[in-house]
Amino acid sequence: MGSDYAIEAEGLRRTYRGRTGWLRPRRTEVEAVRGVSFTVGRGELFGLLGPNGAGKTTTIKMLNTLLLPTSGSARVCGHDVVRQTREVRRRIGYVFGGDRGLYDRLSALDNLRYFAELYGVAPREQKRRIAELLELVGLAGRERERVEGYSRGMRQRLHIARGLLHSPEVLFLDEPSIGVDPVAARELRRTVGDLAAAGTTVLLTTHYMAEADELCDRIAVIADGRIQSLGTPAELRHHADGRRVVEVEAYGVPEAAVGALRGLPGVRETAIEERGALQLLTVQSDAHVDVQGDILRELAGIRLGRVTSREPTLEDAYVAIVNAARPPEESREAIVNAA
Amino acid sequence: MRTLRMLALGTLAHVKQMSRSSFEVTIALVVPIVQATLAVYLFRAGHERHALLQAAVGAGLMGVWSSVLFGSGGAIQNQRWQGTLEMIMLVPRRPVLVILPITVATGLTGTYALLATLAWGRLLYGIRLDFVHPVGFVVAAVVCIVALGMFGLLLASTFVLMRNANALTNTLEYPIWLVSGMLVPITVLPAWTGPIAAVLPTTWGARALREATTGGPVWPSVTVCLGISLLCLAVGSISLTYVERRARAAATLALA
Ligand SMILES: Nc1ncnc2c1ncn2[C@@H]1O[C@H](COP(=O)(O)OP(=O)(O)O)[C@@H](O)[C@H]1O
Ligand SMILES: [Mg+2]
Repeated sequence: MGSDYAIEAEGLRRTYRGRTGWLRPRRTEVEAVRGVSFTVGRGELFGLLGPNGAGKTTTIKMLNTLLLPTSGSARVCGHDVVRQTREVRRRIGYVFGGDRGLYDRLSALDNLRYFAELYGVAPREQKRRIAELLELVGLAGRERERVEGYSRGMRQRLHIARGLLHSPEVLFLDEPSIGVDPVAARELRRTVGDLAAAGTTVLLTTHYMAEADELCDRIAVIADGRIQSLGTPAELRHHADGRRVVEVEAYGVPEAAVGALRGLPGVRETAIEERGALQLLTVQSDAHVDVQGDILRELAGIRLGRVTSREPTLEDAYVAIVNAARPPEESREAIVNAA
Repeated sequence: MRTLRMLALGTLAHVKQMSRSSFEVTIALVVPIVQATLAVYLFRAGHERHALLQAAVGAGLMGVWSSVLFGSGGAIQNQRWQGTLEMIMLVPRRPVLVILPITVATGLTGTYALLATLAWGRLLYGIRLDFVHPVGFVVAAVVCIVALGMFGLLLASTFVLMRNANALTNTLEYPIWLVSGMLVPITVLPAWTGPIAAVLPTTWGARALREATTGGPVWPSVTVCLGISLLCLAVGSISLTYVERRARAAATLALA
């Protein structure tokens, strides 16, 4: 039954239950994902973009059968992720960022051979397939070295080769570029782009706006366990329509000053980013209100660098979407005293 | 056929991964010498012709058991630490086929402990390796390893769910040595241990080895040992499937 969609998620929810405390154990509940629905077409490169803790990994693990949803349902290539686990697993690859998940004391070749066996790649095809993948990820020639000597970027590439051994129809990539240097990250994006161009459906999670913008056909912005916005990068950009952005380089801005900025008439968002000794203050405001004068007045007495005013970018739209999702001081972790 | 190939190559991969750990290598070098020494000094008083050899075999078998116990429990914990547990459980196969190579691999590295204990016993203390049934001994040893692998699988299925499986591992090491008569014949143990011993494949494995060493009907013990382990495999397989599902519900596959 060829489903039109590669991935369908309907009202996915996931609550983690656990215990903390030793002497007085308390039950904890984290609602990591609270009702996520979306579809991904075959061959689409779909991005799940959101800040840390937004629920991206949890969502991906429900789709790739590693976690059972608390409620809701999902299908991959038309197969239910809870009831038809084996069917789903045959068709998917999973790659996550970071340097865990490989057999360190084995060579890259041994790692790939082992997983080729596990995935039931025909013995006759293994050699060709492995050589092909080593070439694809640029590890050819280094495959006999033990993985423990590999750099982070090389491990990441080996991960990808491993995830592709059985030529999956759908590839789940969970923050693949995390901790990888910029050059390696660019290589990685190219590889992912090529895969999608060759017809593999890719679900990519990231917290880098630029990465999602460059790669994805459509992006779902997820924050607080919910999809806050979904569309093409161009559509998402509209969230910052009618706004203007003032950027101020400053040194040692106190919390209170940022709070005061947020209260200025016409100001919509404020964000602060540390860049070494320097802080980059980004203030989004309604385009028809000139807030620059007010901002500088609020920051009087603080050492400032360059001040610029510009059109909003996709990044600003993303900040606007995520900030809108963040209700003030609401805690997502409900701790209930154990009865 | 393809499944057998997968199991064999998987076992090989895990043997490689395990045997390359410097910790494992140290243990593997030191423990057999200690065991051979223990065997000799504990049983020096015995006057029977085979007492020493028997003790060495028992000590070697303890090594196999430790290897399986820490291997099965530890390997799953290790897979979790390395982040590989999720990767191997994600494979489109029954969980038993994924975990069995790991537990058999630990049984295999354990064989080394058995052989090394005998070798050191011969080398350092001149224990004469005159088995009554040499062929029976080899067969019993192989069966023992497979049996321990399958028994380890049953243990592994409970370890997947527990984040602090280590505690259980430690508490199981000595009792099973004792109860299954690896160290001393079961006949000297209190009566209540009898029924427990009778259902452990290790008891029958140790008995088969002892019979092969000092004389006795080897084959019945081998058969019982194999039977019980196949039962362990069947139960372990079902339990692993259940456990995998629970782990997906409880989110215990990842280190998180
Ligand atoms: N195994 C777990 N047990 C308890 N809470 C968890 C677990 N995994 C994730 N969480 C929590 O769920 C929320 C979402 O996490 P995650 O899906 O990893 O987010 P992301 O991948 O977007 O950073 C976070 O608050 C995180 O702390
Ligand atoms: Mg994550």
